Amino acid sequence: MVENRPWLTFFSHFILLAGVVIVLFPVWVAFVASTHDPRDMLSGVVPLWPGDRFIQNYYEIFVEGMAKAGAPPIGLLMMNSLIMALAIAIGKIAISIISAFAIVYFRFPLRVLFFWLIFITLMLPVEVRILPTFEVTAGLGLLNSYTGLTLPLIASATATFLFRQFYMTIPEELSEAARIDGAGPMKFFRDILLPLSRTNIAGLFVILFIYGWNQYLWPLLVTTDEGYYTIVISIQRMVSVPDSEPLWHVIMATVILAMIPPVLVVVFMQRLFIKGLVETEK
Amino acid sequence: MATILLDQVRKVYAGNVEAVKGVSIDIADGEFIVLVGPSGCGKSTLLRMIAGLEEISGGEIHIGDRVVNNVEPADRDIAMVFQNYALYPHMSVYDNLAYGLRNRGVAKGEIDSRVKEAARILEIGTFLDRKPRQLSGGQRQRVAMGRAIVRQPAAFLFDEPLSNLDAKLRVQMRIEIKRLQKALGTTSVYVTHDQLEAMTLANRLVVLNHGRIEQIGTPLDVYEAPATTFVAGFIGSPAMNLIPVKAKEGGLALETGEGLLAPNGHGVAQAILGVRPEDLVLATDGVAAPGGLSLEMTVIAVEPVGAESYVHGTVEGLKDDIVMRAGPKTDYAPGSRLKLTAVPEKLHIFDAQTGARLNA
Repeated sequence: MVENRPWLTFFSHFILLAGVVIVLFPVWVAFVASTHDPRDMLSGVVPLWPGDRFIQNYYEIFVEGMAKAGAPPIGLLMMNSLIMALAIAIGKIAISIISAFAIVYFRFPLRVLFFWLIFITLMLPVEVRILPTFEVTAGLGLLNSYTGLTLPLIASATATFLFRQFYMTIPEELSEAARIDGAGPMKFFRDILLPLSRTNIAGLFVILFIYGWNQYLWPLLVTTDEGYYTIVISIQRMVSVPDSEPLWHVIMATVILAMIPPVLVVVFMQRLFIKGLVETEK
Repeated sequence: MATILLDQVRKVYAGNVEAVKGVSIDIADGEFIVLVGPSGCGKSTLLRMIAGLEEISGGEIHIGDRVVNNVEPADRDIAMVFQNYALYPHMSVYDNLAYGLRNRGVAKGEIDSRVKEAARILEIGTFLDRKPRQLSGGQRQRVAMGRAIVRQPAAFLFDEPLSNLDAKLRVQMRIEIKRLQKALGTTSVYVTHDQLEAMTLANRLVVLNHGRIEQIGTPLDVYEAPATTFVAGFIGSPAMNLIPVKAKEGGLALETGEGLLAPNGHGVAQAILGVRPEDLVLATDGVAAPGGLSLEMTVIAVEPVGAESYVHGTVEGLKDDIVMRAGPKTDYAPGSRLKLTAVPEKLHIFDAQTGARLNA
C-alpha cells in the first residue's frame, strides 16, 4: 500500500513508540537497579540512570554467590531453568508430533475417542488441574526431581493440534506417492513429514522454550530442595526474605540474567519462528 | 512390461455406495488405455484400485501373471503420475526421482545412471538440483513423469496428469506423453475427463458411466459407432444431436410431429435418432438426401470458432436444440429457417429404453 499521509505516519509511529516505551521501561528500571548500590534503591527515589556498580554487582552474583540474598548459586539456577525449558519444549514437540501423525494418518479403533481425549486436555492447563496433578506427582515420588518438574507440563494438546492442522493441509497424494515409492509409514514420517514440519517445529520450540523457562507456579509447588530451584523461583525467594531488606541490586541483576536465554532463543530463531507461523513449505 | 487384466472389479464404499460395478478390461502389453467419463463415473477409483491405493471390494486385478488384489502399491511394479504431481517439496528434483529407487535398495551407480537417463529423455537435466517450488507447472509435470520412468515399471498409471496445465502446455505435454509411451512401450492406463486427450492418446478408449463400462474400442470406433446414447453424447464436441422419434407409417417421425424424419430401418416403435453436427448439411434446393434425414431448423445463434462455425437452432416439437457444423464465416440471421439433411449412413439409431445402439 502506497500512501502519503504524514499525520497517519506520525500517529502510527507514535503508537508504536509508546508501546515500546511501555514494554521496555520496567526492563530498563530493572537494569538500572542492578547497577546501583543496594542503599540507593531504598532511599525512596528510584534512579533512572545506570549507577557505577555494574561490574561489582554482577561480580558479586557470579563469584561471591547469592547465599547472602537467600538463593542457591546462579549457575545452578540457570542450569535448572535450562533443563526444564528444554525438556518441556523437546518433550512436547516429540509427543505431539507423533500423536498428530497417528491421528491423521492411521485408522485405528477408537481413533475419534483418543482425538477427543487429547482435545479435552486443551481445556485443562496445569493451573486448573494443579491439585490432582500434584497429588499424582507426589504419589509417584517425583517431587524434587527433573521428571516431576517437567513431565506434567509436557502433556498437553496445543502442539498436537498445530501439527494435526499442518498434516491435514499436506495433500493426500504425497503420502500415496510415497507409498508407491516403497516408503512405509515410519519412513514416510522420517523422510517427508519431519522435514516438511521443520519450520513448525522451530516456531513451536521458541514458544515452548519461553513457556517452560517462565514456569512459576508448578516449580514452586514441586521443589522444596534448593538444588532443583529454577531462576524464576529464586527471584521470588529473594524478594520474600524474612527479617531483612531484599537485596534489590542482586534481585534485579538476576532478573536481567533470567531474561537473557529466552531473548537469545528468540533472536537466533526469529527467522525460522516467523516462517513457522506464517508459511509452510509446500 | 505387462498385461493388466481386470475381472469383474467392484468397489463398494461405506454406506453401500457402489462406485465401480463389475468392470472387466483386458489390457494388452504396451497398450495405451484411456479411461474416460464424467466426474463421479468411477474412473479414478478404478485407476487407484489398479495402483493399490483403494481396496478392491470384488473381482480380481491381474498385473502380468499374478493377482495383485492384496499386494502393496510399492510391490505392484507400477508407477503413478498424479494430477497435482505430488512431488516431495523439500527434496531436489534429483532426490525426487531417486527416492523410490533408494527405498528399493537399488545400487547408487545404477540410481545415478537411471536418473540421468530419465532427465535426458525429459530434458530436465539442467535443474536436477532445484526444488519443485522453483519449477514451472510444465517442468513439475516432467519431473512427475521422470519419477515414473526411473522406476522402469510394468505399467504407468496417469491420473488426469494434464488438468493443472494451461491449454498450450497441455497440448505440448499430451504429444510428449504419447511419444514417450511409444518409445518406452510401457503399458499405460490414463484417466481423463477431457475427450480430446482421450481421443488423441488412446489405443483403446474405455468410456465409463456410473461405474459401468459403456463402451471399449479404438477412438475412431467409439466416435463412429457409439454403443449407447451416453457415449454418443459424451464423445464428440459439440455433442451428437439426439432426437427422440417414433415409428409411423413409412418411417420415423418426431414424437410430437407428423412429418417424416427418416426411414425406419429397424422396425422399432420408438427410438432415439442420433446425428453428429458435422453430418448435418443443407438440403440442396430443399431436397433431402434420398433415404436420409430431413429436418427443418429455426436458427437461434451462430458460433464462429474460426475454422468452422456452429449453427444452433430449434426444431418444432423438439425439446433440445440442434447443432449443425457449417463453414467459417457462416452468417444466418436468427429466425431464418434452414432445411437440413444427412445421408442414411450417418444416422445412428438407439433403443429408446436401454439407449443401446441398434444399427451396426
